[in-house]
Amino acid sequence: MAIFVDSSTKVIYQGLTGSQGSFYGKRNADYGTKVVAGTHPKKAGTDVDGVPIYASVAEAVEATGATASCIFIPAPGVKDAVLEAAEGGVEFIVCITEGVPAHDEAWFYNKLERDHPDVQLLGPNCPGIISPGKCNIGITAGEIAKDPSPSGPNVGIVSRSGTLTYQALYELKLQDIGVSTCVGIGGDPVPGTSFIDCLGQFEADDETQAIMMIGEIGGSAEEEAADFIKTSVSKPVVSYVAGVTAPPGKKMGHAGAIVSGGKGTADAKREALEAAGVQVGSNPTEAGELMVGVVKNV
Amino acid sequence: MDLLEYQGKQFFAQYGIPVSDGEPCTTVDEAVAIADRLGYPVVVKAQVHTGGRGKAGGVKLANDTDEAREHASNILGLDIKGHVVETIWIEVASDIAEEYYASFTLDRSAKKHLGMLSAEGGVEIEAVAEENPDAISKIWIDPVDGLTEQAAREWVEAAELNPDANDGAVEILRKLYTAYTEGDADLCEINPLILTPEKRVHALDAKVTLDGSSTFRHPEYADYDSTQVRDEREEEAHAKGLQYVGLDGYVGVIANGAGLAMSTVDIVNQVGGNPANFLDIGGGANAEVMAGALETINHDPKVKSIFINIFGGITKGDEVANGIVEALGRVDIDAPIVIRLDGTNATEGREILAEHESESLISKATMVEAAETVVALAKERGAK
Repeated sequence: MAIFVDSSTKVIYQGLTGSQGSFYGKRNADYGTKVVAGTHPKKAGTDVDGVPIYASVAEAVEATGATASCIFIPAPGVKDAVLEAAEGGVEFIVCITEGVPAHDEAWFYNKLERDHPDVQLLGPNCPGIISPGKCNIGITAGEIAKDPSPSGPNVGIVSRSGTLTYQALYELKLQDIGVSTCVGIGGDPVPGTSFIDCLGQFEADDETQAIMMIGEIGGSAEEEAADFIKTSVSKPVVSYVAGVTAPPGKKMGHAGAIVSGGKGTADAKREALEAAGVQVGSNPTEAGELMVGVVKNV
Repeated sequence: MDLLEYQGKQFFAQYGIPVSDGEPCTTVDEAVAIADRLGYPVVVKAQVHTGGRGKAGGVKLANDTDEAREHASNILGLDIKGHVVETIWIEVASDIAEEYYASFTLDRSAKKHLGMLSAEGGVEIEAVAEENPDAISKIWIDPVDGLTEQAAREWVEAAELNPDANDGAVEILRKLYTAYTEGDADLCEINPLILTPEKRVHALDAKVTLDGSSTFRHPEYADYDSTQVRDEREEEAHAKGLQYVGLDGYVGVIANGAGLAMSTVDIVNQVGGNPANFLDIGGGANAEVMAGALETINHDPKVKSIFINIFGGITKGDEVANGIVEALGRVDIDAPIVIRLDGTNATEGREILAEHESESLISKATMVEAAETVVALAKERGAK
């Protein structure tokens, strides 16, 4: 089954005419993703590698029946682009762009929740989503993900960090473990999709037998996920939290990854997850090994 | 971006929030001239990016020219928790009847803006939050709606300030919310927000953190760049556009991606070592960026060995390996380097590195092996 996206998902690329958009749009299409349209207000009627460009998301949806959109628009235009996608009629929006102001993120998160509650936003500042063998939207290198096996067991991955997502995909591939869907939710202060959204979907997904969750210092998303796992997730979960030894008050790269006082530390997150029955690795490799053990027993 | 108090007050003043008249300066003579012009009494305040200024002797009341000179000369150059005072702010002293606390920040769990107001201001608000959480009146604001006058009034009334302060507080808090949202701030805090004996409400301090991602619509924020706290290493990395955070140890760390870089710092610690830095070179890892990263690390005298941890995704392992080799040709590195290269085309990448391997360039297949090797090398070279 996979979650959020599968082989039937048709995707519009907002920003397909730009350098990033055309590069990754082509890569995603080569992977097998149904890249059906791009948008640009002034380039309607043209095409990028044979993919037609429409003036707006609404027009692209009408012409192609697309249900998802991927945003490669520079940060200043992201607020409008997200709203355009939601109003244009797609159900799933993937925003890759980094450097979006937190106030814009908070605004469109609440705007979508109020006016477009059925629209799921992933990102901003995320690597995207891949359902291996079916659909790859974003910047993940498809070749490091192993297709799910029909007989299982397969793992669903959800992660706040880009390269650690790739690392997780790769560790599982080396162990010959298939992946149902891998979701990079991004490390920004207001991610459109949370750990909990993904955990709930993986719990309901027939193709997913175990879940790998990769967290990071800062915020309380991992602690909230731990509470949700305790009450609502029956499938085994393995986790890794980066930033165990980060000094308090230092901001490390991701806007989200900042520790203040005793809150949001990797240790606090690890404790919360372990209390919820999650096996937590001390590094990505150890988490991969733990997952091998879990999968053997599924 | 953290603003100094005077920058925060100037920022507040742009949004019509009442602050004390004052001016910043960097010399004693300027300080005296400003104080004479403002009229006594004045307050001389150290401008540093840390709390606890008062206890450290960084805030003093001056009643005349002599006192202004004395305090300015004592405070300029004062070391407050490792921050040496280079700038002081001289402002007109205020009479205080009551001290409150007010702030806006983003509540990441609720995904709403959070306003906090307390009648118990002027002290460590964290202590109030811990010991008497009911003393803080909170409001969660939907960014789409903003802060209405009615919501602000109900929030202020719930805080149980002196009733004389209510009208002024509502007005200031709505302006502060505008400053917070239009100014793209991560934090706007006033502690203390004061009520004067004349029943005026007034911001006596300003703590403002601005969102570095918002500079495309606030080009003037570039001015704050020069007053950010960075050590020499961080300054060099910042100039090169690298994501660098200085740490206290001796293993230089270079990785692609913030998560992997954090993970690398973790694993160096886990095997008994001590990282000198966090450095994320981003997804690409080309020769140009790698050379810049190596130069930055090489300038850190505490670095005894270097750990390059790269995961090839779209940028393939062989391209990364070629980038590293090219970078090593450009930069003369003193410390031995351990490289862990994994991901797409890792085998091809390792073959390229193998041709250049030596005692000072070692390739290891896993993060743990690489970490153990790099820490052992650092210790052999005298790291403690």
